[in-house]
Amino acid sequence: MARRAVATKAKTQTNSPQFNKEQELSAYHDMLLVRRFEEKAGQMYGMGLIGGFCHLYIGQEAVVTGVTMASKKGEDAQITGYRDHGHMLVMGLEPRGVMAELTGRAGGLSGGKGGSMHMFSLEHRFYGGNGIVGAQVSLGTGLAFASKYKGDGSVSIAYFGDGAANQGQVYESFNMAKLWNLPVVYVIENNKYAMGTSVERSSATTDFSQRGQSFDIPGEQVDGMDVRLVHDAAERAIEHARSGKGPYILEMLTYRYRGHSMSDPAKYRSKDEVTKYRQERDPIEQVKARILSEKHATEDELKEIETKIRAIVTEAADFATNDPEPDASELWTDITISA
Amino acid sequence: MPNILMPALSPTMEEGKLSKWLVKEGDTVSPGDVLAEIETDKATMEVESVDSGVVNQLLVAEGTDNVKVNTPIAIVLGEGEKAEDIEVAKTVPEPAEAPVVAAENGVDPAAEKTAAAPKFEPASDPDLPADVEMVEMTVRQALNEAMAEELRRDKDVFIIGEEVAEYQGAYKITQNLLQEFGPERVVDTPITEHGFAGLAVGAAFAGLKPIVEFMTWNFAMQAIDQIINSAAKQLYMSGGQVTAPIVFRGPNGVASRVGAQHSQDYSAWYSHVPGLTVIAPYSAADAKGLLKAAIRSPNPVIFLENEVLYGSTGEVPKVDDFVLPIGKARIARAGADVTIVSFSMGMRYATQATEKLVAAGVDVELIDLRTLRPLDMDTVIASVKKTGRLVTVEEGWPQGGIGAEISAQVNEQAFDYLDAPVIRVTGKDVPMPYAANLEKLALPHVDDVIAAVNAVTYRS
Ligand SMILES: Cc1ncc(C[n+]2csc(CCOP(=O)(O)OP(=O)(O)O)c2C)c(N)n1
Ligand SMILES: [Mg+2]
Repeated sequence: MARRAVATKAKTQTNSPQFNKEQELSAYHDMLLVRRFEEKAGQMYGMGLIGGFCHLYIGQEAVVTGVTMASKKGEDAQITGYRDHGHMLVMGLEPRGVMAELTGRAGGLSGGKGGSMHMFSLEHRFYGGNGIVGAQVSLGTGLAFASKYKGDGSVSIAYFGDGAANQGQVYESFNMAKLWNLPVVYVIENNKYAMGTSVERSSATTDFSQRGQSFDIPGEQVDGMDVRLVHDAAERAIEHARSGKGPYILEMLTYRYRGHSMSDPAKYRSKDEVTKYRQERDPIEQVKARILSEKHATEDELKEIETKIRAIVTEAADFATNDPEPDASELWTDITISA
Repeated sequence: MPNILMPALSPTMEEGKLSKWLVKEGDTVSPGDVLAEIETDKATMEVESVDSGVVNQLLVAEGTDNVKVNTPIAIVLGEGEKAEDIEVAKTVPEPAEAPVVAAENGVDPAAEKTAAAPKFEPASDPDLPADVEMVEMTVRQALNEAMAEELRRDKDVFIIGEEVAEYQGAYKITQNLLQEFGPERVVDTPITEHGFAGLAVGAAFAGLKPIVEFMTWNFAMQAIDQIINSAAKQLYMSGGQVTAPIVFRGPNGVASRVGAQHSQDYSAWYSHVPGLTVIAPYSAADAKGLLKAAIRSPNPVIFLENEVLYGSTGEVPKVDDFVLPIGKARIARAGADVTIVSFSMGMRYATQATEKLVAAGVDVELIDLRTLRPLDMDTVIASVKKTGRLVTVEEGWPQGGIGAEISAQVNEQAFDYLDAPVIRVTGKDVPMPYAANLEKLALPHVDDVIAAVNAVTYRS
């Protein structure tokens, strides 16, 4: 049956799962890469280099980092919505390719034709990058169907928001996933808001980990700001799915620091709430503090990591600024495949 | 009691095999008794007796193939019936074949079906007092005023959608409505388009008049089944009993740099569907007058706004109740040389092109359709008869577009008046690309309209 973890108390849990030095440093690196990349993207948006919608992942870095650490890179499939930059960076897609897609250039991951919300990589088994809220849940279930059909042992990880969790196709997918015991892990990134609507105002029940109950899908609520807890829960969920027991739901309690997209009046929440999360729960600061107190690295060594990441991000931004726009002939390519 | 006829297993079955008799002549049968087994290449079925009686005669032998549906296969006599009474019935014709037979006899079976579709006669725009005050406002304000006025006027009107209340609308069209009308009438929903669209249609069946806001029409694709299968067809399916007085509205069309899934024009999609009214205004005044008309309409109305136009301003007459007629195109500029027909955002390209063309000496007649269903073809045809040349302008895809429909109708109704083939200016036949340069290429341009006019007037 479904079970729950008491996520909000995770910080004070005594037997919380620990990371070794390598894991701490790897998590720190990946989360910082996402943070710095997204800050840069926000800046470039402000400069008019990025158009349309641009949904930043700042604050939620621990979720995709912990889950991806628990997955088999290049084998397990991942799919998400439009808040997708972090997923790609942590999965190992080229930062310059992501940034150049944000600016709509030829060197972007979709050749400039997709934009912020639509990037993909078959090599990394990343299936987007989806603009329609909830669509990725059925699609991710389909990736799991293919995995079972082919018997390739891979797991599909489908991320979606608290807002998306109310779409009908989520429950249609849950039913099929359990009916056929498909190897899929549903990761609900509950950042408390869907645009300006808080979870309390949109949802009859707000414990999303229990949304699979009537389909007999186990679920856990996880402190999504602590990458160790995310990783620990994800290992359990992925193992469950890979061993043929069917779907698993992880509700990650997380928070986005920035607005929904770049233009967001943010009147629906208080400054205090945002500040509190940033100061007391920041996923990167948590790892950093542990690294220093455990003496996994010195301040200087962490600075060095930061410097390297800044260089990567700067290089990506430069590339994305100077790379040419796609050739005009690209307007007419990739519509259908001529057999 | 009638003859026992060869039954049909399915509506398409024409004949079958009588594989087995389970009764013989002289047997007494009661309702539910199995008389025979029949089969086709797809299925088998038992023929049951409906009444009680005595089997008088088996007319078709067991094992007979190709027995036509409705052929008498047995005579069962009820109490007091005699075999002679039944004799005539043996030669009953096969009703299933009847219409075809009639056609072969030279009677046109379509004749009675093709009563002409009734013609829709739109009203004219209301006459305004000569000294009417005109107020400059944005399309956004015009839409907001229209809803506020109708919410005030009719307590059955309510608005429902994502972020319409506390957030004041994703595009601020519902600004201050929550404050004035409260949360019972301005209802925030979860992100569940299929669900809340269906809910609103149900509420309309029960007599309410919902205004459903889709954050954009792209997300209404989640709900298109309820819009078409439930709202649009309900009146017809119920033989006129159940109405769906509902407005579905929100921004439609191309928005800037948001990529393929968030940028497309649904005008042609909805205009295809009988039962729907489809409105796509361009000016602030039309936005206000037509949205008020839509809310009062007893029919389901698709109201297509445009994000890019929300901030554009126009003059709106300050009268107590400014309602415009649905289904009436507006002649934005009268002219004699060439007709340009457009709507919504297309009007921006068409208007700019018209200014340049007029300056260059071309007397353009510019028509703003305003309503896409019913389509005001009378206005278009009258114009084409005058100018002999037609260019249509829209942002949507070319195939099956609004321009395609207009061109087809002009072909049918005014072919002899045309001095040049009709030209459609449309969005390119591709999903919307994100890159700035490609997006520009995908859209129609003022220069495209001018080039098309030059072509139909042979000026190039
Ligand atoms: C079907 C559909 N409806 C509405 C939207 C507009 N929209 C984009 S994101 C969003 C909020 C989603 O919130 P949530 O699922 O919590 O994800 P988050 O943005 O918090 O990551 C909405 C309403 C959409 N893209 N697709
Ligand atoms: Mg959310």
